[in-house]
Amino acid sequence: MAAIFQGIGAATALSPTPSNCFDSKKLPLPSRRSLSGRKASFVVVRSDGSTNFGSGSRSQKAQKLITNAVATKPDSAASTSASKPGHELLLFEALREGLEEEMDRDPNVCVMGEDVGHYGGSYKVTRGLATKYGDLRVLDTPIAENSFTGMGIGAAMTGLRPIVEGMNMGFLLLAFNQISNNCGMLHYTSGGQFKIPIVIRGPGGVGRQLGAEHSQRLESYFQSIPGIQMVACSTPYNAKGLMKAAIRSDNPVILFEHVLLYNLKERIPDEEYICNLEEAEMVRPGEHVTILTYSRMRYHVMQAAKTLVNKGYDPEVIDIRSLKPFDLHTIGNSIKKTHRVLIVEECMRTGGIGASLTAAITENFHDYLDAPIVCLSSQDVPTPYAGTLEEWTVVQPAQIVTAVEQLCQ
Amino acid sequence: MATAYSPTNFVNPLSINTRSHDKPLFDPLKTTTSFLGSTHKLRPTSLQFNQPDTHRRSAVVAVSDVVKEKKVKSSSNLLITKEEGLELYEDMILGRAFEDMCAQMYYRGKMFGFVHLYNGQEAVSTGFIRLLKKEDSVVSTYRDHVHALSKGVPACEVMSELFGRTTGCCRGQGGSMHMFSKEHNLLGGFAFIGEGIPVATGAAFSSKYRREVLKEADCDHVTLAFFGDGTCNNGQFFECLNMAALWKLPIVFVVENNLWAIGMSHLRATSDPQIYKKGPAFGMPGVHVDGMDVLKVREVAQEAIGRARRGEGPTLVECETYRFRGHSLADPDELRDPDEKARYAARDPITALKKHLIESKLASEAELKAIEKKIEEVVEDAVEFADASPHPARSQLLENVFADPKGFGIGPDGRYRCEDPKFTEGTAHV
Repeated sequence: MAAIFQGIGAATALSPTPSNCFDSKKLPLPSRRSLSGRKASFVVVRSDGSTNFGSGSRSQKAQKLITNAVATKPDSAASTSASKPGHELLLFEALREGLEEEMDRDPNVCVMGEDVGHYGGSYKVTRGLATKYGDLRVLDTPIAENSFTGMGIGAAMTGLRPIVEGMNMGFLLLAFNQISNNCGMLHYTSGGQFKIPIVIRGPGGVGRQLGAEHSQRLESYFQSIPGIQMVACSTPYNAKGLMKAAIRSDNPVILFEHVLLYNLKERIPDEEYICNLEEAEMVRPGEHVTILTYSRMRYHVMQAAKTLVNKGYDPEVIDIRSLKPFDLHTIGNSIKKTHRVLIVEECMRTGGIGASLTAAITENFHDYLDAPIVCLSSQDVPTPYAGTLEEWTVVQPAQIVTAVEQLCQ
Repeated sequence: MATAYSPTNFVNPLSINTRSHDKPLFDPLKTTTSFLGSTHKLRPTSLQFNQPDTHRRSAVVAVSDVVKEKKVKSSSNLLITKEEGLELYEDMILGRAFEDMCAQMYYRGKMFGFVHLYNGQEAVSTGFIRLLKKEDSVVSTYRDHVHALSKGVPACEVMSELFGRTTGCCRGQGGSMHMFSKEHNLLGGFAFIGEGIPVATGAAFSSKYRREVLKEADCDHVTLAFFGDGTCNNGQFFECLNMAALWKLPIVFVVENNLWAIGMSHLRATSDPQIYKKGPAFGMPGVHVDGMDVLKVREVAQEAIGRARRGEGPTLVECETYRFRGHSLADPDELRDPDEKARYAARDPITALKKHLIESKLASEAELKAIEKKIEEVVEDAVEFADASPHPARSQLLENVFADPKGFGIGPDGRYRCEDPKFTEGTAHV
């Protein structure tokens, strides 16, 4: 197995910058490789203009979509043209594209949040939409998270399909009352009479020295709320797909984006597609260990995967994408194959997504495990401002490598 | 300031037909047209009106530019037809009888938990909600039984819900504090105070959206948000006043100021107890009205709902009212002064309307008695219906958690959990 990868010197082209420096402008992104015997589906995604191809002729054929990165989606018809299908864009543009397509498709879809209109969104996800759809449909709200989230819920109950943006996910803590009590519960307490097809989205996660309050991971707080679904996007492809699926879903969906991933570039299909809200994404099939991750940590994992591969390991990397509910099918199949699990997440150690996932796996797949589940999470620390300290609160690729080595002994 | 508002000032019950003209009327020249929207497109509204706060002995009716012009035929606004009178009477009697029956049923162990009764406040519910169309929305709080009844939810469905049966308006899943009806556009029923106000704002936003974005030109649905004096110190209240005025949403904020938030007197909790004054601060009219007088409430409601329907924006209406019972059936109600209670009991809105109908020859005693009898039967039937209704089966447990049950996710076997036959049995593991 290791031999296959030795020959490919792409590692040099994608040499990682110091592991703590996750510069969104120059993102050394991992390549997704398939094992021999599978069709090569190989795209290198980078945020700046440069193109990096993995060496080897096999790679030239690609520029195909990462269609088999999505576990249940069959490979799309082999690219017939030598020219590249699809179009390239950055993750925030992908989100916008998905949003715009849905707004074109259904006039009931509207956006509300702080600075989403004239300003175009704090991360430019809604840029240009207010000009196109008007100030009422892309609504600039005053700074009143609890109330405008509640307003979104009331609008959803009366027939609209709003998307509420939290300028930073952390601000949605102010909306916890509405999200927990109304968003999650109203369909139930009304006996099924009212549905709440709302999407709540925003950037979260640990950024680059943004300070403790702007670096929060709310997925752990929201996960217990009954009646909501949570998804986390990590690539332009799944960002657009999940955005569209979330808007079309009749359930309230919380879409977690990450501050550092907005400038990822990828080539995505021209034709319309949706990513299933409840499914996980197979990023890299493997045999030795199952690594479950989501959002930004996916990239730390893939970076570690390169090192691991060089050391002779064959990790299977799954981006769980659906934080609530978990896709136990994809996860289970992987565990049945590898018998070892490593969870890598950005949530806090206590009560995070990893903790829930550990419990779910133990409950369902205990017999298939050869070793205890290892969960790497952020430290239970308010994210410090200082760069060095911040680096140590979050899981780094080196730690992932060590963990896999220990797990696979 | 607090003294002008002390309960002793509300001593004199005012008979319905008179109207005091001795207050300084609203002078538009002295208005501060301070409200300006964030863009030049919003023109300052001149319809802010204020209530003088002196001489509060008599119930003060809303004053606005529009109403002022109609002052010449002043008492005509309070006139009602016989039909209307009987309708109002019936609605209030229904509210009272229903709530009394709730108390009985609670003490007999048919319903549990927190039950908040509306006795004494019927004029507000009837005065406002009977003016609405079916498509208009009402958002309430935990004290929502009578709002539901006034809006048209059948008494048997409400009673059933209170008994926790499947035939309840929310299939027994909501309970006393969560009355919902899609058919009648009752958007809840909320246990936490203040959390319904943004929902109401959202419903009003929908109405405006339909009119302006979806171009449904005849969509003029209005939303009423009911809440109490305690809520008026809550952030959500102020945030929504701001947004509603900013976007001129078709909503009326109705404050049922019954002076007590469980055991907390409004005066002890609020720096400026005059709630209606907080409306103009956000750029909408603030009106104070005697909430024990259904005709006065109705008159103000007509104006406020009309404003909203015409697209002129929100109104804040403060109804001075009183609850004859405790905060809930679990409240021993020891803190309120018996004299205060007696004073308000003398202003019982039902007695007052009855007196008015008889004195102005709109109805006879016999007709009113007939209504009371009819309602008694309605309420008894409701109890019978509820008693005979089934309790929810186990299979109901997991229904309605998600509108799209795929939200329960994919199980280890690869199938969606909701496809699992045990799912409908309520024994599935989620």
